[in-house]
Amino acid sequence: MRLRLIPDDTTLQIIPLRRHAMIGSVVAIVASAVLYVAIGLNFGIDFRGGILIEVRIPEVPQVTEVRGAFEGAGLGEVAIQEFGEETDFLVRIERQPGGDEAQQAAVETARSHLAAAFGDAVEYRRVEFVGPTVSQDLLRGGAIAVLLAVVAMLLYIMFRFEMAFAWGAVVALVHDVILTIGVFSITGLEFNVATVAALLLIVGYSMNDTVVVYDRVRENLRKYKKTSLDLVLNRSINETLSRTVNTTVTTIMALGALILLGGPVVQDFSFAMIWGITVGTYSSIFLAAPLLLTFGVRRGAETPGPKAEGERAA
Amino acid sequence: MIHVPRWQIAVAVIAVVFAVVYSAPNFLPSSVSWLPGDPVRLGLDLQGGSHLLLRVDSDVVLEERLESVLDEIRTRYRAAGIGYTDIGVRQLTGGLTLTDPAQGEQAQELAEEADETLEIDVESSGRMTFRLDSNAEKELRISALSQSQEVIRRRIDETGTNEPTIQRQGDDRILVQLPGVDDPERIKRLLGQTAKMNFRMVDETASIPEAVAGRVPPGSELLYEDDGSEQGIPIVVRRRVGVSGDNLVGAAPVIDQNNQPVVSLRFDAAGARRFGDLTTENVGRRFAIVLDGRVISAPVIREPIPGGSGQISGNFTFETASDLALLLRAGALPAPLVILEERTVGPSLGRDSIAAGTLAGQVALLLVIIYMVAVYGLFGVAADIALAVNIALLLGILSALGATLTLPGIAGIALTIGMAVDANVLIFERIREETRRGRSPVSAIDTGYRQALRAIIDANVTTLIAALVLFQMGSGPIRGFAVTLAVGVFTTMFCSLIISRLLVLAWLSRTRPQVLKV
Repeated sequence: MRLRLIPDDTTLQIIPLRRHAMIGSVVAIVASAVLYVAIGLNFGIDFRGGILIEVRIPEVPQVTEVRGAFEGAGLGEVAIQEFGEETDFLVRIERQPGGDEAQQAAVETARSHLAAAFGDAVEYRRVEFVGPTVSQDLLRGGAIAVLLAVVAMLLYIMFRFEMAFAWGAVVALVHDVILTIGVFSITGLEFNVATVAALLLIVGYSMNDTVVVYDRVRENLRKYKKTSLDLVLNRSINETLSRTVNTTVTTIMALGALILLGGPVVQDFSFAMIWGITVGTYSSIFLAAPLLLTFGVRRGAETPGPKAEGERAA
Repeated sequence: MIHVPRWQIAVAVIAVVFAVVYSAPNFLPSSVSWLPGDPVRLGLDLQGGSHLLLRVDSDVVLEERLESVLDEIRTRYRAAGIGYTDIGVRQLTGGLTLTDPAQGEQAQELAEEADETLEIDVESSGRMTFRLDSNAEKELRISALSQSQEVIRRRIDETGTNEPTIQRQGDDRILVQLPGVDDPERIKRLLGQTAKMNFRMVDETASIPEAVAGRVPPGSELLYEDDGSEQGIPIVVRRRVGVSGDNLVGAAPVIDQNNQPVVSLRFDAAGARRFGDLTTENVGRRFAIVLDGRVISAPVIREPIPGGSGQISGNFTFETASDLALLLRAGALPAPLVILEERTVGPSLGRDSIAAGTLAGQVALLLVIIYMVAVYGLFGVAADIALAVNIALLLGILSALGATLTLPGIAGIALTIGMAVDANVLIFERIREETRRGRSPVSAIDTGYRQALRAIIDANVTTLIAALVLFQMGSGPIRGFAVTLAVGVFTTMFCSLIISRLLVLAWLSRTRPQVLKV
């Protein structure tokens, strides 16, 4: 017996739901924006500057003991967190006032305080510090990268499809990016370079999903010249629904394995991806395709693309 | 029957052989060495190591250059009888005020003769400013950067670090990657000193209390001599350099007759002559060994030292003596370095990351394999074989390219596993649809592969765009991720379009099914 998540003759009425979907999305976007303004993102040291030290202390101290080690160190805010194993702790030290040199000095202070409290048994699994110069570069670079990716996608869709498709796809993309930023605001998960990488992948994945639906729309527009646009769209969504769901399932399986087994370093990244892929799948179905009604697709006229193949299939 | 060009079969076979051969070293013990490839190179985050991003503070070089230009101008003005006050360098600009503004024109000419790369500005009040023109400035900065890179390389090589990477980045940065170094403190200490050394005479006529109070005789400066304390002992030293550290050709830590660690030095010919003259003329007086503006020691010259070699004693342990010798051998940095960013991963975290990443990848693979068979039956098996070839090919290409596998890269492979089947899902869904429309198996399969192609290419180009942008913005681990992703796009397209298709067609021609069960 074959597993069929989407039965063969599925015809969900998606297009008629588009107003609800759009209202829902607008609400989600506004909520994300409000959360972002009200709470803000929990920037990691990549973007904020500061120090991150992962230590392994074999005698299994309490978090409070580790915190106590930094008393009187004059390093400002020091956050301690258990990380993975019970012997492992993540120490986050806020960016030190002063320039790049001050961060370097603070790393040494932190190490000497840890050594004073726990002796030579402390194992440094990771020491990272990012000075103010680099953190600003990284933040700007990350923002530019996401923008660049969205613009590149826009251009590619303009080149492969027509204008209405490009706008629909980009609205869906921006929606996914904003909702991901919103979820990072509300959960307080660390937002770092890896998160930006995840955002770019989400952009890629969401586009991927959208393109598959659009490809079918384009094909069906040629095949069913007399059918109204909303019916063509609804049909295209349903025809590709099984593929969309199956690919989403396999990708989420892989990401689930990463979250559960991939170790604490890739957890946040994997979470961002799962969220983004879920949102991206939703937006391809409920936003990108219905938006073609809003932006208006030219019909009957010659549309770019491999026409001959489309007709052979019909 | 669907025609399969022979070249496709040949390409598929070659690819599978390549994939198996080049990915094998990643799974076999390292004792199996007859295979042509090596295992994929691991990033610092997986094998452990230290990444340091340094900035060369080349403003210092510009200021030094301006200082020496001002010295030259001083000499010329004195000869020409031009009076001035308030001379000095501030914020990359040299300046002075003429006592007689009427001499402005002559002063400008003389300054131009002193250095033709100067941009000179004379105000009617008699205030003159000097800047280096932008070409000269750029040249100085570039040469400071490349000299620094060279000195850093020499210093790190002296510590015996394996395969360090020392790259210039942008206008003023140097990226240092030290695989296997999990405690970079010593290297940071070595890079933290410019190590400019010189030998100068102590100004024994000056009064120390006067100098500490701020009244230093002209031509001399107040420095501090190391005695193990934070501040040191004040000492007044002449500015004129007797012998410069540039003339050193060798330095080594040795134990002297008092059983104290000292650094022995050897000068080149010019240095030996100068050092000989200096010690001959000044027997009985003290000279100071100055390192980065601090006096290491200031011994009395007992007798002339003509041979071109000497010894520095000071407040050394054997370790600090070795480090100083190393710094002197490797030469001085033209400008101080500032560490902008450090990322150091210890070997245990690296091992844990590899283990966790590998486990996650295997579980992801298993889940996806089972799911594909559950959903697509025999077609799923074809997709799974293509997936296995895909992963092997990806690892093989990464190994052969010498690309670096990072932790995000492993996540990228796991993600590729999830997304790789997308192309086959597209194809199989299409075949299913075509079958439902009443096509024969052969026709359905043929149409399925052909019709899905367009969507597959479009979908993969978008992922490729994301990977390129990632590569563009990223550093280190993120770049490794981008490379993995980009290579993954190509292997995925190849495997799902060629390998899985050949498998399906082979099955089709063997069984010739009347009804297709996708």
